[in-house]
Amino acid sequence: MTDTAPLKEEAYRPPRSQWWDVWDQFSTHRGALIGTIVFLTIVFAVLIGPYLWTIEPTFIDIRARNQSPSFAHPLGTDQLGRDMLARMMAGGKVSIAVGFTAMLLSLLLGTLIGVLAGYFRRLDGPLMRLTDLFLALPLLPLLLVMVMLFRETLSARFGPETGVFILIVVAIGITSWMQTARIVRGDVLALKEREFVLAARSIGTPSRRMITRHVLPNVLSPVMVSATLGIANAIITESALSFLGLGFPPDFPTWGRLLFDAVDYLQQYPERVLWPGLAISFTVLSVNYMGDGLRDALDPRIRGR
Amino acid sequence: MFTFTLRRLLLAIPTLLFISLIIFLLLDFAPGDPTAQLPLTIPPEVKAKIRESLGLGEPIHIRYLLWLKQFAVAEPLHAFDATFGTHFGEGMQRVISWQTRSPVGDIIAQRMPQTLWVVGLSYVLGTLIALPIGVLSAYRQYSWFDQLGTFVSMVGYSVPTFFTGVLLIVIFAVNLGWFPSIYDTTHVVSDWDSFVFQVRQMVMPVAVLALYNAAQISRFMRASMLDNLGQDYVRTARAKGMSEKVVVLVHVLRNSMIPVVTVIALGVPTIFGGAIITEQVFKVNGLGQLLITAIYANDIPMVQTLTFIFAILIVLFNLIADVLYGILDPRIRYD
Repeated sequence: MTDTAPLKEEAYRPPRSQWWDVWDQFSTHRGALIGTIVFLTIVFAVLIGPYLWTIEPTFIDIRARNQSPSFAHPLGTDQLGRDMLARMMAGGKVSIAVGFTAMLLSLLLGTLIGVLAGYFRRLDGPLMRLTDLFLALPLLPLLLVMVMLFRETLSARFGPETGVFILIVVAIGITSWMQTARIVRGDVLALKEREFVLAARSIGTPSRRMITRHVLPNVLSPVMVSATLGIANAIITESALSFLGLGFPPDFPTWGRLLFDAVDYLQQYPERVLWPGLAISFTVLSVNYMGDGLRDALDPRIRGR
Repeated sequence: MFTFTLRRLLLAIPTLLFISLIIFLLLDFAPGDPTAQLPLTIPPEVKAKIRESLGLGEPIHIRYLLWLKQFAVAEPLHAFDATFGTHFGEGMQRVISWQTRSPVGDIIAQRMPQTLWVVGLSYVLGTLIALPIGVLSAYRQYSWFDQLGTFVSMVGYSVPTFFTGVLLIVIFAVNLGWFPSIYDTTHVVSDWDSFVFQVRQMVMPVAVLALYNAAQISRFMRASMLDNLGQDYVRTARAKGMSEKVVVLVHVLRNSMIPVVTVIALGVPTIFGGAIITEQVFKVNGLGQLLITAIYANDIPMVQTLTFIFAILIVLFNLIADVLYGILDPRIRYD
């Protein structure tokens, strides 16, 4: 802070957006960089893989059942002769889709409640009591109960796959928004005291535009961090539900479901447990590293050091 | 401080009532009839009688209040009677499980020790492992020990317990055959050999949960130590000529324990709730497994009671954490 010489030189540089600074900081975090690469690889493999590896995940070849890895089936086959690689890719698609949608839902809820509570003083008390209440609920037991109770109804209305998908996404979404809401509320409360908000208000900006133009862009960084952590959380919760047998139907693979099915054959074919478990672990680990790096990069106290 | 504790205690009552209402309504509005599985040959009037005997005939608010009374008055009185041999709760209706037709409280009391032993022990062990790791990796920040520690804690935090559990079973139970993969709860410890067997069957579930808990707590410990190590009072302590050991282990450690202690307290209820998966992996018939079987069997009184007990634990330990924070940090007395 005391030496001014380098500061002066910097002042003549062409202006650059703060996102470049964020990226610079992010790219120095080795774990975050590797995490991003791994995560993107998994996402691409899951999305593009089925076009390259064209065996149907539901194709039953009963004569080729319980095979160990070979050229025809790189990850082996399961007890009905279905190709594990194809099932892994199909399962990954569902798991990651659940992760993304549930994260979006919880982010939407959390940001909405956080902004409302922070911006409108009258709503602050009730909304924060609601948040505390949700934090005091035993979430995993309630999730199990919710899935168990509403599975039949939703399956009947939207079909077994879509119904369960909606149910799980909604269940995870409405049980994981609280942390985001708290962080966003805190940030909004601090933002409200800043001069630019006062300036905007003094020229008569209505609340709606105040929130969309001035408040929301400034709470973007905590929201982004909780987005990454939210994906990890949603993927783990979905796999946990599937692992307990309360997730997707049996012929509809997700990583958690594949793991659950493989546990029955643990003694004979232990490698079959490994693939879905490793996939879940690598995805969550890479996403968590991304979140770590993002938090450091978006924290102006750490950035530039 | 006392008034604060009292106020928080009183505030906990409406919170709990509200949570109990949510749990009750969620289970009650759910589709799914407990008599739906009965054979179709049963005549409708008998079926109606069965429904009534399950307590389903009354309107909803009466059932809610009845359940609340059974849970909050009858069950504690019966527990009191059982421990002290008194007869206060005699003749009072208890919460009856639909699966076994026996009081829910008795079943929970039977299952509690398994959960407490396996999961409680793992929490204690996890904390004991996590604290020194957190302290050391903060003190030697960016050293190889810190790098390794943060990596391991990141892995322990990210890899779900149902995978670590299964992995341990594959390695140590299937391939090496060191430990049994299924936890035998009927096993009685009577001599040295049976004690060794008990330890062997507890190793894997405890290790899985201890790793998970240690990963979380050591991250908090490290962050909290790092916050404190840069403070001015540390420099003062060093300037006064105190030995490094005293500076770190007395001055810094005591201050950085404040948030960590509350985090540890907040984590206790997850012992019961979060261990559901681990209990399922190792077939420990504790509370979590009881909940799962009750959910599968549509045993609504059991699910209600268990979920509400989990909620009580969460509220209670939130309160304990708040009070502990006030006691440990005099700046945050809420008077």
